Amino acid sequence: MAAPAARPGAAADRLASLALPAGGAWATEARRAARQRLLEMGLPGRRDEYWRWTDPSTLTAAEPPRAATFDPREPMPFEAVDRVKLVFADGVFDAAASGAPAAAGVEIERLAEAAARDIHWARDLYGRLEAAGQTPVPRPLAALNTATAADGILIRATGRVAKPVALAYLHRSETSDAVLHHVIRVEPGAELTVLESGPAAARCNMGMEVEVADGGVFHHVRVQGRDHERRAATHIFARLGRGARLKSFTLTKNGVLTRNEAVIELAGDGAVAHVAGASLGDGTFHHDDTVFITHGAVGCESRQVFKKVLRNGATGVFQGKILVRPGAQQTDGYQISQALLLDEASQFLAKPELEIYADDVKCSHGSTSGAIDETALFYLRARGLPRAEATDLLVLAFVAEALDEIEDEGLREEIRVRLEGWLARHRR
Amino acid sequence: MLEIRNLHVRLEEEDKAILKGVDLSVAAGSVHAIMGPNGSGKSTLSYVLAGREGYVVTEGSATLDGRDLLALEPEERAAAGLFLAFQYPVEIPGVGNMTFLRTAVNAQRKARGEPEMSAAEFLKAVREKARALNIDAEMLKRPVNVGFSGGEKKRNEILQMAMLEPRMCILDETDSGLDVDAMRLVADGVNALRSEGRAFLVITHYQRLLDHIVPDVVHIMADGRIVRSGGPELARQVEEQGYADILAEVA
Ligand SMILES: Nc1ncnc2c1ncn2[C@@H]1O[C@H](COP(=O)(O)OP(=O)(O)OP(=O)(O)O)[C@@H](O)[C@H]1O
Ligand SMILES: [Mg+2]
Repeated sequence: MAAPAARPGAAADRLASLALPAGGAWATEARRAARQRLLEMGLPGRRDEYWRWTDPSTLTAAEPPRAATFDPREPMPFEAVDRVKLVFADGVFDAAASGAPAAAGVEIERLAEAAARDIHWARDLYGRLEAAGQTPVPRPLAALNTATAADGILIRATGRVAKPVALAYLHRSETSDAVLHHVIRVEPGAELTVLESGPAAARCNMGMEVEVADGGVFHHVRVQGRDHERRAATHIFARLGRGARLKSFTLTKNGVLTRNEAVIELAGDGAVAHVAGASLGDGTFHHDDTVFITHGAVGCESRQVFKKVLRNGATGVFQGKILVRPGAQQTDGYQISQALLLDEASQFLAKPELEIYADDVKCSHGSTSGAIDETALFYLRARGLPRAEATDLLVLAFVAEALDEIEDEGLREEIRVRLEGWLARHRR
Repeated sequence: MLEIRNLHVRLEEEDKAILKGVDLSVAAGSVHAIMGPNGSGKSTLSYVLAGREGYVVTEGSATLDGRDLLALEPEERAAAGLFLAFQYPVEIPGVGNMTFLRTAVNAQRKARGEPEMSAAEFLKAVREKARALNIDAEMLKRPVNVGFSGGEKKRNEILQMAMLEPRMCILDETDSGLDVDAMRLVADGVNALRSEGRAFLVITHYQRLLDHIVPDVVHIMADGRIVRSGGPELARQVEEQGYADILAEVA
């Protein structure tokens, strides 16, 4: 990786003196290396190519801006799902609120405890995928995460895991700053579902490294919602072996600032990765999906499906790239990013990119933004649907393609209901 | 039931008058047909009655059972019992036909303060009515009108009408694009709904539909007005001679 000189100034001083979590044993080495990477990259700024549309200043500031907590008076997502529930409050594991961290086919450890013990598989992964994902595009917030995360979960799936592992994030303090780092390994032929939900903190920086070995399957469904003032930067770094599959879906509602990055490498022949998202924003909402998928093997398939519904001046950003390495023949890459602008004050900024170094490749990408189809709206109303209900139906239809990326029918239905609830609450 | 008086309509976007004084009175229990050359304003009349945006009423009135239609939102008109079978039914990707139908039926019931239809009741009714119109279950599962043939779309309009049981039914060229058998099915569907309390306004270019749905009154529309009204024989005259003679007479 090209190593630009550290940027001078207060920020650099802060990074140099960044305290690493204590008692990390094997993790300490990885954290030191991450801090070094961060020092070399510097923090992101508006002049960086991939931060032109999203202002990182509140994500990089020493202190998070205050964010009020609020009670949405609806149950947390996935409450009805039979799952291993692990709770983090303001970024700290809450054992009392969590269920037993055990299920057939899976080993679950808490990073804060496991770092002191020699867990080979985690030691070989922690910070590795993040480091690899820094090229060609630097992701300083991810290095910051690896360096400073004191807590998180280590999950190793060794078989078909009986039930999903659900990470529930609670936000209790108006000034909390959560940094969590999860490491997941899906062994050959194993299958795991991880669910994430909740606002986490006033500000949160979430990192997830996922290694899916040959023939493994990883499902990820995430709901970022609730607290209107929260800010979040998240990264998923994944590497897929031969015939491995990954499906990740994120529903984002509310929040002033969310930047979700996914960096995925299809390293084994025939691997499949689908990353999808639906975001619903009203007013000061700024949502950014930044995705980088590398086809590094033969016959792999990738899909990026992102839908944004924006109103009252909300902003949506999509930066999605497909890189096809030399020799990655029979690549099937698909990318779609669309925004439904419910008024003229809202905006969608999209940067789809393809970079292809193989010749037997099928890649398509499309990006659109538009308003509600008035003809369809009139047709629905002429059949008796009130305007608001008709609009909601069309909005749901618009996001359907992203929702369809959730394989489990029950989870898909739960997300759909949440989406409907949001729409009903945000009618003009 | 439906009373239209001296209705004048122009386009919102440009200063172009389309309807130039339409008078029409449709009594409960009757069937009226409107024929007329292309571009004479038949669809515009149906859209204005249904509440489509883009038109400005500059003069005149339209009432349904004495209620001012023009003051109502499209969904209120529907709940009041007005139904328009579109000349060009709209495709809505992502919205399932069944979901759409059920939402529509229950929205109207809710607006009228009636109890909603249960899922089981609804399913039974749709299956029955779809079968009568030769609409297969597969079509019901698909998104609204997406990938439907022209004739399938028209039959789907009639299915919606049968489910919604409106009192004032406007059919805008529901016969065009239908094969002979489908036309029979659609006509049977309409005739099955004919009743004392219900009226139909059937816009068509062809006598053939009117062989099956025999109208009480036939109107000829030209250049934004109803220029001639008569019995079913007027439709036969149009079929045989075209509009030239009629238009020359009224000119
Ligand atoms: N939105 C619009 N913009 C421009 N012109 C319009 C619009 N709506 C209607 N018109 C014009 O108004 C006139 C009447 O159109 P309308 O569709 O009502 O005719 P019609 O009698 O239904 O014809 P057809 O028999 O071909 O269906 C036509 O000249 C048409 O071009
Ligand atoms: Mg017409």
